[in-house]
Order: sequence, then structure tokens, then C-alpha cells
Amino acid sequence: MADAALDALYQEIILDHYRRPRNFRPLDGATCTADGKNPNCGDALTVWLKLDGDRVSDVTFQGVGCAISKASASLMTEAIKGKTRAEAVALFEQVRALVTGEAGTPARKDLGQLRALAGVSRFPMRVKCASLAWHAMKSAMDGAAGGGAAPSAGRVTPP
Amino acid sequence: MTSDALAPRADFPLLAAAPDLVYLDSAATAQKPRQVLDAITHYYTHANANPHRGAYALSGTATQAYHDARARIARFLGVADADTLIFTRGTTEGLNLLATAWGRANVRGGDNIVVTRLEHHANFVPWQQLARATGAEFRIAELDAAGGVDLAMLARLVDARTKVVAFGHVSNALGTINPVAQIVRIARGAGSALVVCDGAQAVPHLRVGVDTLGVDAYGFSGHKMGGPMGIGGLVARRALLEAMPPYQLGGDMIEWVHDQDTTWNVLPHKFEAGTPNVEGAVALAAACDYLDALGMDKVRAHEVALTSLAMRALAGIPGVALHGTARAEERSGVVSFSVADAHPHDVATALDAEGVAVRAGHHCAQPLMRALGVPSTVRASFWVYSGRDDVERLTAAVRSARDRFAIR
Ligand SMILES: Cc1ncc(COP(=O)(O)O)c(C=O)c1O
Repeated sequence: MADAALDALYQEIILDHYRRPRNFRPLDGATCTADGKNPNCGDALTVWLKLDGDRVSDVTFQGVGCAISKASASLMTEAIKGKTRAEAVALFEQVRALVTGEAGTPARKDLGQLRALAGVSRFPMRVKCASLAWHAMKSAMDGAAGGGAAPSAGRVTPP
Repeated sequence: MTSDALAPRADFPLLAAAPDLVYLDSAATAQKPRQVLDAITHYYTHANANPHRGAYALSGTATQAYHDARARIARFLGVADADTLIFTRGTTEGLNLLATAWGRANVRGGDNIVVTRLEHHANFVPWQQLARATGAEFRIAELDAAGGVDLAMLARLVDARTKVVAFGHVSNALGTINPVAQIVRIARGAGSALVVCDGAQAVPHLRVGVDTLGVDAYGFSGHKMGGPMGIGGLVARRALLEAMPPYQLGGDMIEWVHDQDTTWNVLPHKFEAGTPNVEGAVALAAACDYLDALGMDKVRAHEVALTSLAMRALAGIPGVALHGTARAEERSGVVSFSVADAHPHDVATALDAEGVAVRAGHHCAQPLMRALGVPSTVRASFWVYSGRDDVERLTAAVRSARDRFAIR
């Protein structure tokens, strides 16, 4: 049982994004950015966003982290590119429900590859890892909502 | 499975109930022998009352139990004057007591405080913050190439304005046993520093004679030596404790409370405000009995053998790098390591799925992790119930974790 849960946690998609993270670089011309830190394990990553009006026209990240936090960040960059702010935040809510195994939230088909994060729900101690980049993304957007031309910066430590 | 463990697994109810569990996080907290659990039950069944307070016989029984426990634990620690053993919640509270009560009264701007790069946050942050609050300089002795404290640098840092030299007897993150005698000699060389030693990782593993160490104060935690959580202590020189202002104020620690002033009770009560943890003290005394019956020299020999076995087995796995000294006899039962391509948390999760419980993280030693250049490590730690079979299961699980996360 334990091994099946472990295989579900570290399924191929997750390991692939961990080994070859997508959009893993700073972003020239980013309009907002935020750091995510998990002091417990030393994980630290930065998320950069380029907002075109209300739409995420590009998103990247960089940092050190475990397989779960890196893969989740990598999958996130692919999932939210082209989405509006509201859509990106709604996706975060769905991912949060998915990784915490919240009752009554079957993995929705439209989550696409993000469904690979479902295995996290069996490992409550790893929920923080899976949500780190998402918190940073949201914090970057919240900072950007304040307006201003200069890239806004935030820092989050997930609860 | 038969085991060459020093203590029978059957003595430890949690381990007996989980025959497949490979518990390798004893440096965080040890499992408890039945004798300790029985002591708690016995105390509440036969002796429970608020000590020092009632005129009735039962309160006297509780008071005596608390007093006897202090004497027993002091004897285990090689402390002749049992009243200089102050019970605290653990090492953290003991060190905070010193840094607050002694520190605020004695450290001034222009003074300095010296610690080492190996320290647990409990022996780092209280001194760092004391320095900030008083305007003293906070100095850190770095590690040498072999991974121990750089004693030459320590000697350069200690000067006539050094008010505190605080160091760990044994590092929790790496297991390194520090050369206490040399450090004390250096600390005493330049002036009149208070010499403070964090014994949290030493007392469970070595025969420690606190009186012979030459330090001014020594902290320890009961839960790492088979006792319950919430009890530990600070041992300090009598003159120091008598000169120091109290830490917490309230019941038991007073002598006379006048309308506008109060006088303090004698040692140890002056530093034990409020209803004490009698249960904890009594159970910790039972843990001392248990360890003495095993024999601390045997505990030490067992752990050196196991640590050396684990170091060889882990170092033999391609991609595994060990941290800390290469000499097992300079370590307590701790092996800290990294696995190539794999994050420590992923390694710990994978090991856990195979029933192997290890710690992954910064081990409450972030300043040390920065110096090692890693965000965190995996740490396996042994105690009296650990055996070769545990090392074998650990090694096999690390191998498969290495394969799972390898970036080919
Ligand atoms: C070296 C060292 N110092 C201090 C502490 C703090 O002990 P406690 O949490 O029991 O107060 C620990 C335990 O984690 C430790 O290993």
C-alpha cells in the first residue's frame, strides 16, 4: 500500500518536471515577481509573471526545492500561461483542493496534467511543498494589483 | 528478526507494537522504555499531590518523590550538589533562563558573545538576541576543514570583553563530539566569560560528568534520553545561580512576599516558579536507572559500532555524500547525509514508505546548513534499541530512493 501511494506521489509526470523543470529561468520584462520560502526544508523559489492587461502572457520560476515543489511550480507555469488573473487564481483553488484531498472535489478533467499532483493528498506533510509556487504566484499578482510601472515584489511563507 | 540491539525492543512499547518500524530519529526524541511509562503511572497512582504545599502526608510523598528524582538525576549526570540542578522543560528553556536572567544582568554594549557554527538554534538564537538587545557583539567560530569547530579561530574570537562562550557538547545535526576540555581552556584563557555547554545530544549517548567538565552551566533534555517530554534541566555553579536574578516569578520561588518587595527562595526553588513537573522528574529518574542498568559505556560502544557500520554502508552507495567528521568515534550515533539529485524531503518520504523514519531538514541549525552549502540534510540517528538490521533496512531504502530520483 505504502509503495503504491509513493508511486502515485512520484509518478512519471512529476519526476519528469522535477528533472527537467519547464520555464526555469528569470523572466525579462516581468511585470511582477514574488519569492516563496519554506523555512522548514530550506526550499526557496521565485516566480516571475508578465501580465498583459489582465492576462498572464508569460511566467517563469527558479529556485531550489524538492521534487514536489519543483514539479508543481513547473506544471503551474505551463498551466497558467495565457490565463486571466481570475482563471489563474481559480486554478490555484482547484489545485489546493486536489492536494489537500478536500472532500467533494474530484480531480477535474480540465486540470489536465495538474491532476498528477493528486498523489500529494496522501502525504499531508507535503501539501506545503505542492502549494509553494502557487502562493508565490498569487502574491506576485496581489502585489501587481497595487499598480505602478516597476515590477512589484512580494514574499510568501505558506501557512 | 533477531537484533544485536543493546536494549530489547520489547522494553519499548511503541517499538514492540510496530515491529516493522525502523526508528532512526532518536536524536530528535528517543522512544521510552516501559519502566519510564510505569514510573508515570505509579506516580499518579500512589504519590500525586502538589509538592511543597500541603501539610498532609500525601503532599509530603510527592515532595519526597520530586526531591529523590533530582538527586537520582544529579547522580547520573555526575553533579555532586543536586540543588544546582534546576528542572526546566528542556535544554531550550534552560538556555533561555541563562541568557535572560544572567545575560540581561551582566552583558553590556561593547562586550561580546561567542558561539560556534555547529549550534542548535536553542544555543544560538538566545545569545544572538541577547547581543542585539544589549549592544554586544555576536561572534561565530567557524568550522575547520575536518568539520569540527576551528579552535584557532575560537581562540582569536575570545578576548577580555567576552562575556559568554556557548558551545554544544555534541552537534545534533552532524553528531560531532566537541573537544570540551580544549574549548573550556580557550574560553577561560582571555578573561571571565561565562562558559555554557549544550548537553542535549551528549547526555543520552556518553557518560557525562558535568562537574568535571569545567563549564559554568550545562543544559540537557530528558526526552532525548528515554524520559518524557517537558522535563530537562540546567546545571550551573552554585555561586552563579545564587548571584543571578530569578527567571520566572510566582509560587514556590519566593521566600517572603511583602507589599512592595519580595525575597527569593533557596536553590533550586528560586528558579522553579509554579507547580513543578513532578511526573516528568520521577520518570526521568527512571530513565537514568534504565540507562545505568544498560551501562553508559556499553551504550557508547554500541553506538560507535553502529555508526561506523552505517557510515561505511552509506558511503558505499554511489551518489551518497556524508557530512561531518569521517571518524565514527568522534561522533554520537548520528549520520547526516545527502543523496545526489534527490532532495532530503523526498528521500525521507521515500524511506518512510518503507518503514524507515529519518529526519530531513535543517535540524534547527540553519547557520550550519549555510556553511555546509546545503538547504537541508537527511539524518539517521541511533540509540540503544537500534541494531544492524536497522542499518541494513536504511541502506536498502536509501539505494532505492537514489534510483527513484536519479537524473539520468
Ligand atoms: C543540540 C541540541 N540543543 C538543544 C536542543 C533543544 O532541546 P529541546 O527541544 O528539548 O529543548 C536540541 C534538541 O532538538 C538539540 O539537539
